Amino acid sequence: MTQPGTSWGRWPRHAHRLLPLANRFDALPNLAPMLPYGNGRSYGDVCQNDGGTLLLTRGLDRFIAFDPATGVLDCEAGVLLSEIIDLVLPRGWFPTITPGTRFVTVGGAIANDVHGKNHHRAASFGNHVIEFELLRSDGQVLHCSPTENRDWFVATIGGLGLTGLIRRVRLQCKRVPGPWIRGDSQRFGNLDEFYAITRESDGDYEYTVAWIDCTASGAKLGRGIFTRGNHAPARAVASGGRALRMPLTPPLSLVNRPSLSAFNTLYFNRAAARADGALWHYRPFFYPLDGILEWNRLYGPRGFYQYQCAVPEAGAIDALNEMLRRIGRSGLGSFLVVLKTFGRIPSLGMMSFPRPGATLALDFPNRGEKTLALLEALDEITRSVGGAVYPAKDARMSAASFQHYFPAWQAFGRYVDPQFSSSFWRRVTEV
Amino acid sequence: MKRILIMGATSAIAEATAREFAQRGDAMFLVGRNSARLNAIADDLRLRGAPTVETFVLDAREIAAYPRMLDDASRRLGGLDTALIAHGTLSDQAACQVSVEAMLEEFLINGLSTMALCTELANRFEPQGRGMIAVISSVAGDRGRQSNYVYGSAKAAVTAFTSGLRQRLYPKGVQVLTIKPGFVDTPMTAAFSKGPLWATPADVAKHIVRAMTKARPVLYTPWFWWPIMAIIKSIPELVFRRLKL
Repeated sequence: MTQPGTSWGRWPRHAHRLLPLANRFDALPNLAPMLPYGNGRSYGDVCQNDGGTLLLTRGLDRFIAFDPATGVLDCEAGVLLSEIIDLVLPRGWFPTITPGTRFVTVGGAIANDVHGKNHHRAASFGNHVIEFELLRSDGQVLHCSPTENRDWFVATIGGLGLTGLIRRVRLQCKRVPGPWIRGDSQRFGNLDEFYAITRESDGDYEYTVAWIDCTASGAKLGRGIFTRGNHAPARAVASGGRALRMPLTPPLSLVNRPSLSAFNTLYFNRAAARADGALWHYRPFFYPLDGILEWNRLYGPRGFYQYQCAVPEAGAIDALNEMLRRIGRSGLGSFLVVLKTFGRIPSLGMMSFPRPGATLALDFPNRGEKTLALLEALDEITRSVGGAVYPAKDARMSAASFQHYFPAWQAFGRYVDPQFSSSFWRRVTEV
Repeated sequence: MKRILIMGATSAIAEATAREFAQRGDAMFLVGRNSARLNAIADDLRLRGAPTVETFVLDAREIAAYPRMLDDASRRLGGLDTALIAHGTLSDQAACQVSVEAMLEEFLINGLSTMALCTELANRFEPQGRGMIAVISSVAGDRGRQSNYVYGSAKAAVTAFTSGLRQRLYPKGVQVLTIKPGFVDTPMTAAFSKGPLWATPADVAKHIVRAMTKARPVLYTPWFWWPIMAIIKSIPELVFRRLKL
């Protein structure tokens, strides 16, 4: 059992008062500063509240109603996407948006306005929320939707849990023929080729994503594997398989220069990197890392930093190549580097991260100053092209960077509940 | 399909167990104090597969209302063959030491009311020649300790009562299961700091359902509480009275 109160990057770690919420009818306690904490899948300190209270929302895990004719689900905000899938998939529905792990709460998915492999078609999580109930610390309950309390609706989507407690949510699911995804994988030699495949795929494929070999350099810089797919009917051939668990935290990070180089080369060259007419169960397709429970322990006791930035399309190739060169030179970097294009449908939240362009995500073992210096160098590139860094994955961006990436932060501040705060919010605003 | 009465249905262990019942397709009758919370759980259980979920608002201290409640359960579920008794409070030991009234109140909630309900259920299940009464007692009932002996002695009464009831009903085809959870991470224990001995309500629920299915007499959950309590029970009083447990 993962200790509640830690973030997925296992860094930073703070001491909290933990308050489990058991039902959606109780008033909020008077324990400022408070912060809702779902299933602890955000990486940095947006789910941390140093010295304050975490409201543990996993106890709000009841379904309220589901209409199999329309795909509208009404549930409490601590329900996990995995639990939603178990409920709605047998009836022919699926969450419209899912991030790379299904172990996130609905409330957390709204608070971070998460996105998935179908961003180019469907935007982000908040775009498919019909309405939610927001409980403020003064006892007020706000019913928020695109038409009712719209300002609170757009402040809370991507609002990092700061506007109050999301208690109850109504979501639109999407029709699917079953648990299967049909598509293919192909190698690409550089980012120009990546963009060529993207242009060819975006119209025909609902889900696209690419893995990048972050250890490749020179002529191989930016090489990777492009995967795309669509929901498809198929006869059951095999299940999603059983999850393994990382049984303990090794004393040192297992992610280092030799292991990275070996893994990336093998992964790029493996036979399955090229697959025509592949058929995946939804679990390995959407959630490859959910197959190894607590994989975050791989990085050892000091945890890791995740870096995810979005860069606008103009100048994206140059900026991304420059980032990959810097990462390659540093010898830091990760097994799973993900590159994906964001589409043009705007996210609804004032503070939503997705924006048209491309997004690159990778994790770095925490090696202290050396890692922080590399990430700051990446931030300089992101800033110079007018991009942004994803708060859900951040534990270190400077206040200046944050305020540059999210110019609406001051307007958003008016919606922050006076009794709510987070380590992240204090870090990026109180300077 | 079982027709199951759940007393104390808003408790974390009861709700987790009810979800297991719902998945199996059982019909349930939920009894608890808070109508809004009961209805929220009922909606959830229906979506998780329970064909029928009925609710009944009752405070466990209202023992005189039990026959009426059980009649209503039988009527609305079309009979009754299983009961899970899960209500209770974690007594404030310090308050119970200074107030006889508080001590009696805790004994009523955690001991006498459970024994009263068991009596009513036994007298209904015995003539029908089948049934299962699953009662949540506690490892705390295995030996009185200074830190919570009021709660512990109420649970000890439940443990002894259900042991005798099990003997009485066994030849009649009615099963009695005594459930002894250890530390479970629930709202009732929210104030405690959690170590490796703590279990989740979902784990405990799975153990309970398995023990009910196999008609086991006594369940320690998780299992390692059996050897722990065996050791604690074996300590001579001459030594035990010096310990700070």
